[in-house]
Amino acid sequence: MDKHDLRVRDPWEDLKRYTDARIAMGRCGVSLPTRHHLDFQLAHARARDAVHHSLDGDEVQLAFESLGMTVIRLRSAAESRATYLQRPDLGRKLLAEDARTLSAMVENLQPAPAEGHRFDLVLVVADGLCAQAVEASATELIRELLPMANEAGWRLAPLALVEQGRVAIGDEIGGTLGAEVVAVLIGERPGLSSPDSLGIYLTYAPCPGLTDERRNCISNVRPAGLLPALAAEKLFYLVAEARRRKLSGVELKDELPQLQENLILPG
Amino acid sequence: MSYRCTLGNRRYTFSDLKTLLAKASPARSGDVLAGLAAESAEQRVAAQFALADVPLQTFLTETIIPYESDEVTRLIIDDHDRQAFEPVRHLTVGDFRDWLLSDAATTEVLTDLAPGLTPEMVAAVCKLMRLQDLVLVAHKCRVVTRFRGTIGLPGRLSTRLQPNHPTDDPKGVAASIVDGLLYGNGDAVIGVNPVSDNLSAVIRLLEMLDTLRERYHIPTQTCVLSHITTTLEAIRRGAPVDLVFQSIGGTEKCNASFGVSLAMLDEAYQAATEMKRGPLGENCMYFETGQGSALSAAAHGGVDQQTCEARAYAVARRYRPLLVNTVVGFIGPEYLYDGKQIIRAGLEDHFCGKLLGLPMGCDVCYTNHAEADQDDMDTLLTLLGAAGGTFIMGVPGADDIMLNYQSTSFHDALYLRSLLKLRPAPEFEDWLIEMDIAGEGGLPIPVDARHRLLEYLA
Repeated sequence: MDKHDLRVRDPWEDLKRYTDARIAMGRCGVSLPTRHHLDFQLAHARARDAVHHSLDGDEVQLAFESLGMTVIRLRSAAESRATYLQRPDLGRKLLAEDARTLSAMVENLQPAPAEGHRFDLVLVVADGLCAQAVEASATELIRELLPMANEAGWRLAPLALVEQGRVAIGDEIGGTLGAEVVAVLIGERPGLSSPDSLGIYLTYAPCPGLTDERRNCISNVRPAGLLPALAAEKLFYLVAEARRRKLSGVELKDELPQLQENLILPG
Repeated sequence: MSYRCTLGNRRYTFSDLKTLLAKASPARSGDVLAGLAAESAEQRVAAQFALADVPLQTFLTETIIPYESDEVTRLIIDDHDRQAFEPVRHLTVGDFRDWLLSDAATTEVLTDLAPGLTPEMVAAVCKLMRLQDLVLVAHKCRVVTRFRGTIGLPGRLSTRLQPNHPTDDPKGVAASIVDGLLYGNGDAVIGVNPVSDNLSAVIRLLEMLDTLRERYHIPTQTCVLSHITTTLEAIRRGAPVDLVFQSIGGTEKCNASFGVSLAMLDEAYQAATEMKRGPLGENCMYFETGQGSALSAAAHGGVDQQTCEARAYAVARRYRPLLVNTVVGFIGPEYLYDGKQIIRAGLEDHFCGKLLGLPMGCDVCYTNHAEADQDDMDTLLTLLGAAGGTFIMGVPGADDIMLNYQSTSFHDALYLRSLLKLRPAPEFEDWLIEMDIAGEGGLPIPVDARHRLLEYLA
């Protein structure tokens, strides 16, 4: 042994093949060796940066427009990150000014049919707790979804790009637009090993005041997790099923055992 | 009845006891979110002055959640021990703080007093205390519980070994258990949070834990932290259940949001005690709590989150648990915003639990969207050790890869034991020495590559 190496090594490193947990790290005295300490600090630093990184709205908008989408930019009532983190209620509703803009826009659209909805699906993209996840995966996911949606003949609403938004803000947007289904693509709470995870929350017949048991979720969408292309397939299937059965939530989830249910709902 | 305080030429009025408690509570984001927090720093201190003048007896006559509509309130009032209350019956909340800090409040006196205190009395005095008060008084309390080991003796610090795995893979769980045991962790419980509440998956984990424990004759207890209804079903099917776990809260509605009631807990408690699996004692329940759970379920009834939390301890103490754990920083920044709020809440919960007679541990933890980091956890960990905390969590590298939050590591437990000369539970300490894992005092010695525990996964 190197006489400068003061670490007590753990002779069970081969157990790491069974788990990604931080085991067999060794110790200096009773404490964590420098290398492992700094590895942890780095993972936490990345997760913190992910939480506080603001969405590059212009760039994301351009990317969506290049796919042929019309994009509406909206803001939640939480005007800063600090407010967003402490007041989930404000992140769930639109800033009054933007709610008025959205309503005014809807008045210029053709009226909804007497029975039914103006749009079959509205996509809402929100920064949530991790704007990086939106930047990393949302464009690819929508690129994969659009051909399927077009082939099925879905009437898509303009895409709503929301800053400081939580999941339930999709209910207000979907309700105002008169959409049958809303799918909210939102950055999830970053973990130490997954700082760029996107979640998708789908709700049938959205309107303000709905709660989480009415939603279906696809989580852990990221380059090293559930790939965006695969997530798009799952989303297409879920939207189609929700429209066919006219519901979403627990009853729909039962039929989809292959979906991951280990969710962390950002509000 | 309303409460008043005049400061200079300004008069503050608080409409009722729950409003007074809420306004007197040290600042935290959850009370702001609920619209209950003091509107200014001065109003908060005015409320604290007014609260200091409230006689303790008031809490027995003015309920903060109606007796008629809440079974937790009924439990608090109906189970109150008037004889035990006698030594402090004449005191106000402010006098009670002075008394707790005085030499009159010895370990023995506080032990006898516990059944005479209600959660609201304890929550109230807590709001008048600084951190050093919370540490000093809690350190005088002694709560000892037993199952296969003895938890809570003076000079001891136990750990829950938390070997979670994102797919409940038995080998993945076992790898973390072996790592933790070789770091001297696991004397409070080896407890897994399952990903799914699926009965067969839960039973598979229970059997794996029991087999491992039996094979090495580990003097500890195991637990799969599934919902109480799932655990009851596992018991009916003959699965080896040591401890029955449940998350609980401080209002009937909050417990309903967890899918439990006192009747269900009574049933589970009876089933657990009837198994008589603990050779040293009959404490066989494990509860988890945490400030903010009532608000997140819209079940707080206008009561501040620290008082709601203390009321959860009235539920816990009905069942003489082996362990109670406040999972303080898990809930997120909308309830406890930053390290400062998490640290205070952890020490408040420990203080209130201990004063009410509970074996109180703390999951010293945070999420990545809270304004907190490892330095904050070190501060709370050290203060909790100084306060005589019963147990903490042991998670590999402090990184729970299933629940995606940061708790305390196996190393952290050794730090506290080393710094404050704390030892594991005596039966477990003997086992560590016998297994060539630790020396005298419970601190680890280098382990050989052919160690018996490493054969488990070989």
